[in-house]
Order: sequence, then C-alpha cells, then structure tokens
Amino acid sequence: MNHLLRSVAPVTDSGWELLDDEAKQRLTAALAARKLVDFAGPRGWTHSATNLGRSTAVDKAPCEGVTARQRRVLPLVELRADFAVSLSELQDHARGALDVDLDNLDGAAHQIALAENIAVFHGWKKTGIAGIAETSPHDAIPLGQSTDAYPHRVARAVELLLHSGIAGPYGLALGRDEFTNVVETAEHGGYPLLDHLRKILEGPIVWAPGVKGAVVVSLRGGDYLFESGQDLSIGYARHDEQSVHLYLEESFSFLVATPEAAVHLSAA
Amino acid sequence: MGFDQYHEPPEELPAKTRTFARLCASLTEEAEAIGWYEQRLAVEQDPAAKAIMRDAQGEEFKHFSMDLEFLLRSTPTWREIAHGVLFQPGDIVEHGEEAEAEANEGGGSDGAAPDEDDSGSLGIGGLKGGVQ
Repeated sequence: MNHLLRSVAPVTDSGWELLDDEAKQRLTAALAARKLVDFAGPRGWTHSATNLGRSTAVDKAPCEGVTARQRRVLPLVELRADFAVSLSELQDHARGALDVDLDNLDGAAHQIALAENIAVFHGWKKTGIAGIAETSPHDAIPLGQSTDAYPHRVARAVELLLHSGIAGPYGLALGRDEFTNVVETAEHGGYPLLDHLRKILEGPIVWAPGVKGAVVVSLRGGDYLFESGQDLSIGYARHDEQSVHLYLEESFSFLVATPEAAVHLSAA
Repeated sequence: MGFDQYHEPPEELPAKTRTFARLCASLTEEAEAIGWYEQRLAVEQDPAAKAIMRDAQGEEFKHFSMDLEFLLRSTPTWREIAHGVLFQPGDIVEHGEEAEAEANEGGGSDGAAPDEDDSGSLGIGGLKGGVQ
C-alpha cells in the first residue's frame, strides 16, 4: 500500500475501476497542456524537484581555501482536489446500476485539470512556475470579436514563430469561449473554421479550459517540459456512514526552455 | 522489418500501443543477439575476436535492459511482478508465483507510472501526439 491508502477504503475492485475510468475520461478531455508540451515521468511521489542545471555562488564556505555553489532546482507542486462519493451509489453500482452519481468526482477532475492548464499556460508565480503565455517575448495578438479574423490572427502567430526560427507543426490551445466560437463557425462557402485553422497550424486544436484567449505553441519538442512526480491518482482520505471521501492528486513542475516558441492570442 | 510486430491493424492501434509493441520487438531482438553472442563466444578460439564479441554482447545487455525498463515503466502490473522476481535470491519460480498473486490482489492497472509503488495512478501521462 502506498500513501494513497486505496486498499483501506470501503471501495470494491469494481468500484475503484468505475472511479478510475470516470476520472481518466474526464481528465483526458480537459488536460490541454499535456496535449501540447513534452511530458517527462512520472518520477513518483518521492520526487521533489526538477533539476535546472543551474547553481548560485555561496558567499562563504565553511572554511578557507574552499569555494562553494548551491544547486538551483524547481520544486514540484502538489495539486489535490477533494471529493466525496455516496456509499449507497457505489453499492448500487455493485448491483449493476449504470447511472451512478459521480458528479463530485467530475467536478474535482475538471478543477484539477483547470489548475494544471492555468499553471502551464499562464504561470503560477508563488510556486516559481512560469507560464507559456507569460514568458513569450512576442507581443500578444488580440483575437478580436469576430471569428472572421481568427485565421488571419493564427496565421500571423505562425509567421511570428517562423520568423523566430521556431519550426512547426504548431498546436492551438483555445479557451472555452474561443473553442465554442471556432467549432460553431463555418466561413464563407461553408468551410469549417476548425479545418481552416488546422491547415494553417499543421497541428491539433485543443479545448483548453483555463486558457485566456488562445495560445499557438510549437510542437517540435524540447521547448516546454512538464515533469510529473506522481501522475494523477485517486487517493482515500476517510469515510463516514454516508460517503467515502477521496481526492485526486498529482505533483509536477513545468519549465519553459524556449520562451519564443509560443504566441499568446489575447481574449477579446 | 515491415509491420511484423503488430498482431492487429496498426492503424487501429493507439500510438502508445504501437510504441509498446516496437519496444517488445526490440527486446526480443536484443535477447536473440545476446544468445547468438553467447554461442559464438563458446566456440571462438581467437582471443582478440572473443574480446570484441564480449564487448558487443555487453552492448546488447545494455540495450535489453533499457528496453525492459521502458516496458516496465509503461506497465505497472508487469513492473510489480518484476519487482518480486528480479534481483531476489532464492527460488525463482516461487518468487514468480508470489509476485503474480500479489499483483492480482492489488488489481494492477495499465498505463504509464514508473513509481516504485504506483498503484492508484490513472496512467494518463503525456497526451502530446494523441489529438488531431
């Protein structure tokens, strides 16, 4: 048994399967950052920091005749989203019920994915994580109100990246409103805007809850690194007569190696 | 080598499974090479030739180990069973049976999770390359 304490929870094997499958489905849809950046790990729960390959001089060594430097690292952050599942719902699942109420789990999965997306795309200053959009040296391009302008804006972003020597293909992370705008729009002649943008990018378009506006990112690799300690897992906290209290948890760090490999398209 | 490592239509397999199959094929090839070098070493009389082949076999040991580690990282249940079998003194078959029983009891899951105790991971990992 590890720190997730799953084996002491009052949840059957098929109950865990139900919870894990539901969580995986919800998370996979919303984890936009992982669809666009390099992923390393998972290194395990005991992994605490990412090596930056940097060091700082230390003024005074313990004795004369010795110099000292201290390594700089990026500590991993832990994200945790608590939720509760009704024991009677799990019992009904064991009886064969198909409509088990997992709303709390769905909500927690969305929130933790949202937090991960925000940290990666817009940074998390308190933890030392710099976001893709915030570190980009390119001026943000306003997306504008009209979807008619989206192809031009995205093409402009791609041109900016090419001009900086950043090769494609490129991916596009779209905030919720912007994603809806793109999916529902057909251009003059009925050509879907989604397909037009894909042709410009030569890469995927990703639904990215938490992203403000949109971000065009190079997918060539080596520019952005998401390092996972413990990958997303469900753990057990406690239970009472009515519910089992669980949580979704992960640990990770995020590093920007090439800030110029992305362009932020700011929301209207 | 074509698509010999696939038993199902490659276009129907997810990228992760295709990578897994490639590494399984690579592991097999490395094991074969180790066996071939072992046979050659057994019959070769020239010390210089023998030294070269021993060196080459060492490379295959490394390749095999790297392939294996990748596959174990990708498959928590396999990893869990391997933990109970590899580098353990005593009866290999006994360890194998015990490790398998423990893994089944723990309900080992699929997916990437190389932690030493990775039960519970949803195995989501990286998703780059998985969307259109």
